[in-house]
Amino acid sequence: MEETYLFEAEGITKQFPGTKALDQVQLKVSKGEVHALCGENGAGKSTLMNIIGGIFPPTSGQMFFEGEKIQPKNPREAQHIGIGFVHQELSLCPHLSAAENIYIGRLPHKRDRVDFKKLWKDADEVLSKFGANFSSKKQISELTVSEQQLVEIAKSVSLNCKLLILDEPTSSLTDKETKKLFEVVHNLKKEGMAILFISHRMPEIFEICDKVTVFKDGKYVCTMNTKEINSEDIIKAMVGRELGNLYPPKSSRIEEKQEILKIENLCGERFQNVSFSLKKGEILGFAGLVGAGRSEIMRALCGIDPKTKGRVWLNGKEQNFKNFRDAVNEGICYLTEDRKNQGLFLGMSIKSNMTSANLKAVSKGIWLKEKLERQLADNYVEQLAIKVAGIEYPISSLSGGNQQKCLLGKWLSIHPKVIIMDEPTRGIDVGAKSEIHNLLRKLAEEGVGVIIVSSELPEVMGVSDRILVVHEGKLAGEVSGVEMMTEENIMRLASGE
Amino acid sequence: MKKDNFIKRFFAQREANVFVITVVAILLVQIIQPKFLNYNNLKSIMISVSLDGLMAIGLCIALILGGIELSVGGVAAMSCVISGYLCLQGWNIWLACLMAILAGIFVGLFNGLMVSKVGLPPFIVTLGMQGLSRGVAYILTEGSPLSLSGYLPDSFRFLSTGSVAGIPMLFLIFVIVAVIAHIFLKNSNICRSIFYVGSNENAAKQSAINVDRVKISVYVVVALLSTAAGILSLGRFNVATPELSVGAETTAISAAVIGGTSFTGGVGSILGTFLGIVLLKVVNSAMVMLNISVYWQDFVQGAILVLAVTFDYVTNKKSGRPNFFQKLLGKH
Repeated sequence: MEETYLFEAEGITKQFPGTKALDQVQLKVSKGEVHALCGENGAGKSTLMNIIGGIFPPTSGQMFFEGEKIQPKNPREAQHIGIGFVHQELSLCPHLSAAENIYIGRLPHKRDRVDFKKLWKDADEVLSKFGANFSSKKQISELTVSEQQLVEIAKSVSLNCKLLILDEPTSSLTDKETKKLFEVVHNLKKEGMAILFISHRMPEIFEICDKVTVFKDGKYVCTMNTKEINSEDIIKAMVGRELGNLYPPKSSRIEEKQEILKIENLCGERFQNVSFSLKKGEILGFAGLVGAGRSEIMRALCGIDPKTKGRVWLNGKEQNFKNFRDAVNEGICYLTEDRKNQGLFLGMSIKSNMTSANLKAVSKGIWLKEKLERQLADNYVEQLAIKVAGIEYPISSLSGGNQQKCLLGKWLSIHPKVIIMDEPTRGIDVGAKSEIHNLLRKLAEEGVGVIIVSSELPEVMGVSDRILVVHEGKLAGEVSGVEMMTEENIMRLASGE
Repeated sequence: MKKDNFIKRFFAQREANVFVITVVAILLVQIIQPKFLNYNNLKSIMISVSLDGLMAIGLCIALILGGIELSVGGVAAMSCVISGYLCLQGWNIWLACLMAILAGIFVGLFNGLMVSKVGLPPFIVTLGMQGLSRGVAYILTEGSPLSLSGYLPDSFRFLSTGSVAGIPMLFLIFVIVAVIAHIFLKNSNICRSIFYVGSNENAAKQSAINVDRVKISVYVVVALLSTAAGILSLGRFNVATPELSVGAETTAISAAVIGGTSFTGGVGSILGTFLGIVLLKVVNSAMVMLNISVYWQDFVQGAILVLAVTFDYVTNKKSGRPNFFQKLLGKH
């Protein structure tokens, strides 16, 4: 007999320029069920959520809600259908009261005036259902993150939603707040609401979810009953894939005694007591969940962000970087994870982008020499096989892979001793990916210290000789050696198990 | 690589649009009113271009940085009044000018520090400074202009009233400043950082550019340009008035933007700004010559601004796409 589902998605495919984010995935959620959606970063979870929530349409595939076909074109339409979406980054108006946020766009009114009495009363009623102990008159910016989350949930519930999507709701909550949230989820479930729960944290999934669906690389893997399985099963489903020969061979000549970079007890706002060393000839990988503090560690170590404590040695000499320029002058460079917003000068030419970190090298005195600029750019365009129509063209005309190579060229021009690459191949197609991996390997062989930070486990495992795993601002452990380097081992450390 | 011929290369420049519009405007007026291009009229255009032009150069640099400077007029009035006031108190005029320059540097440092270290929006900071600086001018003069007849030495007045080979000194000073600014902005590595910061401040920070220092330096330079305009107008009019250059920021912004300077930062040139201010002043002068009421001036200036920017936007919509003149000339 066929079970009836509240929500069904079938054969959903989403094609983005250059990548297929979702490939024929399915998802079935019943009434009164808490359904977890699992997968690594980039597995396609958020893409599917956004499609269900009406943020963008699928390229192909069908969705059904209570047996009827739906095609939400925008979040408002999704709301009307009965789908509520609580984003990881909350979307409330910070300067309005909780009540106004809950009833935004549909404030109760008497003639043409807002009926504030009714507004406060209704809002307080909705909030009290969730055990909120604050008044609905309070301004959002005065509430804690978990209270704000309650407001978001209250907003969705008061819209009579039947399917509530919670995107990593616990990522910024304390243990106590998480418990409270789970109570709310539990109550909603009793009332017959279906909840789609996205989380990286295994214990949570087992605590409140009935079913779990796993995605991998944009494909549907399986749906399991949480009662019948354990966390090993989920992790296996999430990561079980063939690595093949996508990655360059590992280093054969790491010089254990020669430490290029040594960090001791580095502390910053979002990480504590990080110590590690980078040896000549090796590529050191940093793995961990998004938001674990990996980028922050790197930025503090290069002097881009201030550090509160800690010492840094470069080739045995202690350094005290006051700003990024100091670090660059000593030969340490950092390539940002956010290429578009923090890495590129999108309106400027390829040439200007490539000379931006090293204007001294293309000048005589204070004057820029056009010829030297062209030489520098041409040199790295050739050396890194960057496909350009001409170095005077705007860098925005290049593909992601070629843009990244330009940025690599920009930093190679300072003849770095240490290159730190944050998400080296984010948003880059497979071909350019392996070119960049090979380049990194070549640099390491030439004696440049290479550190990569990556959220893609296959990449960090395929490229690095040694992996440090960061969990909530602390080094959770080290994984080295081919036998030990499994996604299970890394995920266990990264999720704090 | 094949070298394009001169005409094609010329029209590939962003400034080509303003240049052609300016030339066409001059020719049109000349046809209607043959007295337009006589020496006296040209001289008066040159003089009126110069003072606002100095401030337009400042605005151009501030806009390239991704900022804005609304206090240029106020700072000009303040420095004019400070130097005039001190001169009347018996100071040597050059020493008085030095004090005005120090005041200008102070203003620039204040604007720059507020924008970079404190992180306030430049619009607000310089709007405040507009009031502060003009306020100083009003306080010192108690509202009425100070006459300096007989107080200013000829050597000082020569800078703004004299002429060399028939060309007003004031215009020469402006052109020299513009040429220096153009060369520095285009070819020096210190000024290239301004473009980087304006294009993407975050990326500039991550390219190890000292963003704060660049910002502070720019606001100091802009304030100094306004100070120069203020001091020169003291010599020119023999009067220190707090009403000097009221609304000059609007003209200066218009000139920079007409010349192709982007409001979002990272793009712009002094040459374009120069042509922009010339276009505005030529049109003003033409209206006088054609006996059009002065009350039309603001109207026409506004229309030119909107038209020029629309034209520039439509023809340069996508960077890399040929502009209007390049299309006229065929494949580039």
